[in-house]
Amino acid sequence: MERQSYRRPFWTMSRRESGWAYFFISPWIIGFIVFTVGPMLASLFFSFADYNIVDAPRWLGLANYRNLFKDPLFWKSLQVTVYFASLALPSGLLLGFFLAILLNKKIPGVNLWRTLYYLPSVIAGVAVALLWMRIFNPRIGLLNPLLAEFGIKGPGWLQDPDWAMPALVIMNLWGVGGSMIIYLAGLQGVPTALYDAARVDGANLWQRFWHVTLPMVTPVIFYNLVMGLIGAFQYFTQVYVVGSAGGNVGGPARSTLFYNLYLYQNAFKYFDMGYASAMAWILLLIVLFLTLLIFRSSETWVYYEGELKGRV
Amino acid sequence: MATLTRSPLADVKIQELLIKGITTLILAVGAVIILIPLVFMFSTSLKDRNQLRRSPPPLIPIEYTMVEVNGKEEPLYQVTVEGRSRRMALVRNLPDGKGVFVDPANPEREFELLIADQKPMQHWEAHWENYPEALTSVPFGRYLINTCIVTFVGMAGMLMSSSMVAYGFSRFRAPWLNVLFMVLLSTIMLPSQVRLIPMYVLFQKVGWVDTLLPLIVPQFFANAYDVFFLRQFFMTIPLEMDDAARIDGASPIQTFLYVILPQGRPALVAVAVLHFIWAWNDFYEPLIYLHSRQKWTVAVGLQTFSALYAVNTHLIAAASVVMVVPCILLFFFSQRIFTQGVVVSGVKG
Repeated sequence: MERQSYRRPFWTMSRRESGWAYFFISPWIIGFIVFTVGPMLASLFFSFADYNIVDAPRWLGLANYRNLFKDPLFWKSLQVTVYFASLALPSGLLLGFFLAILLNKKIPGVNLWRTLYYLPSVIAGVAVALLWMRIFNPRIGLLNPLLAEFGIKGPGWLQDPDWAMPALVIMNLWGVGGSMIIYLAGLQGVPTALYDAARVDGANLWQRFWHVTLPMVTPVIFYNLVMGLIGAFQYFTQVYVVGSAGGNVGGPARSTLFYNLYLYQNAFKYFDMGYASAMAWILLLIVLFLTLLIFRSSETWVYYEGELKGRV
Repeated sequence: MATLTRSPLADVKIQELLIKGITTLILAVGAVIILIPLVFMFSTSLKDRNQLRRSPPPLIPIEYTMVEVNGKEEPLYQVTVEGRSRRMALVRNLPDGKGVFVDPANPEREFELLIADQKPMQHWEAHWENYPEALTSVPFGRYLINTCIVTFVGMAGMLMSSSMVAYGFSRFRAPWLNVLFMVLLSTIMLPSQVRLIPMYVLFQKVGWVDTLLPLIVPQFFANAYDVFFLRQFFMTIPLEMDDAARIDGASPIQTFLYVILPQGRPALVAVAVLHFIWAWNDFYEPLIYLHSRQKWTVAVGLQTFSALYAVNTHLIAAASVVMVVPCILLFFFSQRIFTQGVVVSGVKG
């Protein structure tokens, strides 16, 4: 059989299209290689080495990891972070969701309310941490005199090892508007037809919430939980500002030595880059594990609308 | 005769009205709680050291009114004497919480009264001079300029690169493109710490540490959040518009510049605003990369200032106000972006 001497041009339509696609996404590909893949591999290597930037890295094998597992401060920082997450996530979920439900009603001036509640989220950072330090100040602050009005003797808040964490959680709740707005978006995505159907079936307010609203917004709750968990491990600015103003980074009795803070100290205070890199990789594994765990468990409690479509 | 009964419909109406009322009430209380810290920040920035020492701190900048009695400054009180309310100065403290009050116009006649029963006179006293003082006692102007450079140059880079990448992901078919998009999305979950240290080393080796470049240059290589958001928006631009441009002989670059970018303006504005808020408040990376005083951004300058001069709470508060006001203004002018657009597409995509 003779082969036809027909040569396809190299730049076929589909090749040309691929070429354009890769041309347009090239900034990200370059950035991904230079600022993500490269650094990740390098930090994996550093985590097995002794490295202080000045001298060449020296291979240590698993020593950094072994030392970490023996380091009481490492465990303390994990415990602090998990403790924060265990207080901040549920409180943020309840309050944020509650506010979203209120702001989803047709009340006068609803846009103004939404704006007000979201406001603290746009000024997060150093200024907010400084502001709350002053509010929590047991001597000249705002909160304790207020509590005294109700006959409560306020604690030392950020200066008290037992109360520093609740103080940070309160500070965190002030910015609840951020997650509230996401819950609100979820609530607005619930088709009104479902409520009408439930009403026709005689469901009362509570039943409509429990059997319609809640299942429909579980994907959003799920999203917020995952992001909140990752956020807890990134928590830094507030504790750094509060700690360094109090002359005590990590808080009283290291009660606010967050994981990211300890990592920062190892990397940029002691310049123990190998040790800090090992912490970073353990963090990555923790985040991966938690995300997978939530994903897995989500199958039992997260409800996606697509499932309904599939079944009907 | 049939008695008049309330229809169940009216009951539902009353119930709804009640719910709305309670909702508004709860929201109003919450709004006050949200706003008090901000009011407190502003009022603190207008106080002097004397006013700062007061406990509980008043929510507005007020000061006790003083009056001159026999050549001495004495606090003025609203007192009740002989059944009449008068203004008198407290000139001496006595045991058992009592004090000697006199009328400033007639200081000879003294009254012994319980101090706790009298109301000290106060007046509005705002120290606006805190602002120039705060802005000049550290090179705050320099910090503002640095922050603006980082914010706006970075924003330009982010807009250019992210919109290009988003266009690439929204309009073309190519092998592995979907996989790459998944990879892009997964980087949202990636904790930045695993890249941080080698990036620091990299920037150190090229001599960029202690310059603004490490904060700006990476912005020119797109980021997952903004690409994702822009792509979601670009997908809603009708393909017919691309086709029309192509039939007119436009290349994909021209289509991108003259069709997609103009059509995608709302989304571009939204990511630009969000980028501003993020870059303006960013603390971690400036803290790591910027070492010398002259290079700091406002966030780092404010933090260092507060750690060094904790007694100057009023100046710290003034600097804080200067830092948060641009964000608040931007927020009010573009609040729809925050409270409607962005997150909706962010979640539902």
